Amino acid sequence: MNGIQKAVIAVDGAKVSFGAVKALDGVTLRVMPGECVGLVGHNGAGKSTIVSVINGGLTPQVGSVASDGERLERYGINAARVRGVRCVFQELSLCPNLSIVENTRIMHRDLGGFGWRTRAEKIIEQSLDTVFPGHNIGSSRAVGDLSIAERQMVEIAMAFSDAGIAPRLVILDEPTSSLDASLARQMLDHVRRFVAAGGSVIFISHILHEILETSDRIVVMKDGRVVAERPAHGFDHHGLVEAMGTVAKEETGQRSSREQPTAPLILSHQAAGLSFTAHEGEIIGLAGLAGHGQTELLLALHAAQSSNWRPERDPLVTFVAGDRRLNGVFELWSILRNFSIASLGDLSRRGLILAQEEETKGADWKRRIEIRTPDLDNRILSLSGGNQQKVLFARALATRARIVLMDDPMRGVDVGTKQEVYKIIREEAARGRTFVWYSTEMDEVRLCDRVYVFREGRIMDELAADAVNETNIIAASFSGVPA
Amino acid sequence: MTFRLSSDAMRLAIPALSLTLLLAAVFWLQPRAMSYVGLNLLFNLAVPIALATIAQMIVMAVNDLDLSMGTFVSFIACVTATFLRDTPVTGVLILVGAIATYAGLGVVIHLRNLPSIVVTLGMSFVWGGLAVLLLPAPGGQSPDWVRWLMTVKPPLAPMAIVASIIIAAVAHLVVMRSSLGVLIRGIGGNPRSVERAGWSIVAARGAAYGLAGFFAVLAGIALVGLTTSADANIALRYTLLSIAGVILGGGEFIGGRVSPIGAVIGALTLTLAGSFLSFLRISADWQIGAQGAILIIVLAFRLMLNRLEKQEKGR
Repeated sequence: MNGIQKAVIAVDGAKVSFGAVKALDGVTLRVMPGECVGLVGHNGAGKSTIVSVINGGLTPQVGSVASDGERLERYGINAARVRGVRCVFQELSLCPNLSIVENTRIMHRDLGGFGWRTRAEKIIEQSLDTVFPGHNIGSSRAVGDLSIAERQMVEIAMAFSDAGIAPRLVILDEPTSSLDASLARQMLDHVRRFVAAGGSVIFISHILHEILETSDRIVVMKDGRVVAERPAHGFDHHGLVEAMGTVAKEETGQRSSREQPTAPLILSHQAAGLSFTAHEGEIIGLAGLAGHGQTELLLALHAAQSSNWRPERDPLVTFVAGDRRLNGVFELWSILRNFSIASLGDLSRRGLILAQEEETKGADWKRRIEIRTPDLDNRILSLSGGNQQKVLFARALATRARIVLMDDPMRGVDVGTKQEVYKIIREEAARGRTFVWYSTEMDEVRLCDRVYVFREGRIMDELAADAVNETNIIAASFSGVPA
Repeated sequence: MTFRLSSDAMRLAIPALSLTLLLAAVFWLQPRAMSYVGLNLLFNLAVPIALATIAQMIVMAVNDLDLSMGTFVSFIACVTATFLRDTPVTGVLILVGAIATYAGLGVVIHLRNLPSIVVTLGMSFVWGGLAVLLLPAPGGQSPDWVRWLMTVKPPLAPMAIVASIIIAAVAHLVVMRSSLGVLIRGIGGNPRSVERAGWSIVAARGAAYGLAGFFAVLAGIALVGLTTSADANIALRYTLLSIAGVILGGGEFIGGRVSPIGAVIGALTLTLAGSFLSFLRISADWQIGAQGAILIIVLAFRLMLNRLEKQEKGR
């Protein structure tokens, strides 16, 4: 049998890296006609990256993409669309200001000409009727006016709609996350019908029983590689969870298991699901799949402890941002200023900054956490990403705040720097500082004393001490829908 | 299910309501304005403003802002009063070149990822300089056909009203009904999604700017038709008036939410506000301030309704 000849899309040995981060490390994936491929993996496994490669949004640095046995040299968004590759993305990918009909026009480039509205209306309504019978969504409504579930329904219907070029491969990235059970059922049934008619689907979901019952074949990814690939009946719920994690089982002893149930309570917050508490000197991890409410909790903790109008005299919490470019560094400022901005209250008298003290403190922290620069007056952007992140850490640690909130701060930081920062965090925790650490990386979560696992905006599980390990965390993040 | 206005209809209701209120107030103060001639006098200066507002609206639909609108319209007015009258071929070439420049600006802004306000602010000095070169002192004369067009007396309704309706209808067709219009608004709403569907955003942005340039050219020509001569500073107010008109008409600075009909109504409202204040015998010194106050009141009203709408949705 000749697999490559038949495959709708065959990605061969794709490697993609963003700076120091290897998003894909030689992934080979083939999708045959009439097949639903389930794709699972924890955060940063490379699912979204392989999706981008298949839909033409990203060209792999190494490796090739072939379709129908023909190797495609210049594969891009348009080439993918011509071959009938469609995608439903995790985040909203419609224009909220346009009506459903107008969005259909945008999605199908060759729908133009006089009377396109009528044609677009017919196409999208037909597709909605097929996928979600009895949906009750008027196609002249603006997408911004729809509920989240309705938007997702429209996106799914949009991907399956046919305007000249029939969809052959539909990629569904977490399509059921905001659909209720009956709508999800309708969609999964449609996926099966579509596949039975010879179409192909790549199905990504964190709800494992959906994957298990809908897919023909399941591909498990981890750290940018495919680690397991079997027909769906070769997996069960437990086996999938195992396959996603167990590669690095032996490293459980990394964390010094300090038990501090006796330390005084410093912060508590009634979040959705389990309530959140923090003790002095604890390192608390927020785990679970990315975007399931961890950042929201950090922001809520921060908002609850700070005032909008006046800076606090003695702030209890400080924040280390995850997205450096967006809300971390002041790009035009020097390293020193970037460092001292959070503690200016302590460094000034009668509204004037004490330049001498600022410099002393800066030099002190430069030595403590080894910011690699000849001069703190250099621009912050002269530093590497990892060192910029260190400056942000120093900014937070130099304040008197007792609690440090961290929003996945180590994204895109090299391993050496990470180890240094971990050391600093442990030292500071030993001195009684509390860290609330949202991380998408399993290695970091394992460093924590206690971990809250999030799912769909709620704290679903709390793991402490020796229970903090990869298997438990993955099991909690993928725990099936209450049946 | 209870009847609910769509958000687009809501968007249009407020400018329409404010225009009606203002018009009623003017008629009450000065009943003689309620005539063919009176209406034309009240509104004829609104025609070029409406065209400039549509131009501004198209730029705002792609999340940009054009700060050169006033000087550009002035420049076009100067070209119309000189070249377009004396050597029509050269005049038309200059106008086409100006539109092409606008389209080029859109491309440059997108490719180099520049802030549109900086680029257009810079261009405003270029247009202003060119206008002064053309007409160092007020002068020139409008071409006869333009003059005829702006003073024509159609049956039933005066020129200003007919022109406003035509402008609104054409702009609505182009921006709200055509594929290009959908694409332009789509860029304002979610550029990634447009890109993922395989469109060229550069081309669409260039087209949006080109279209805006076209409407701004029409604004300049219409203005000269009314004033019969031009001057390098004739339309400086248009930059802010056009922005205010778009916002007043239910448009928003970002998100591709615009309404051409609303924009024309907004331009009419702004013009009428000036007349209204004159009828109230408010001294010229206070008029600009009072005009600002009217603007603030209408916008505050809109924000209030937006908030109500959001609360309703939140429930």
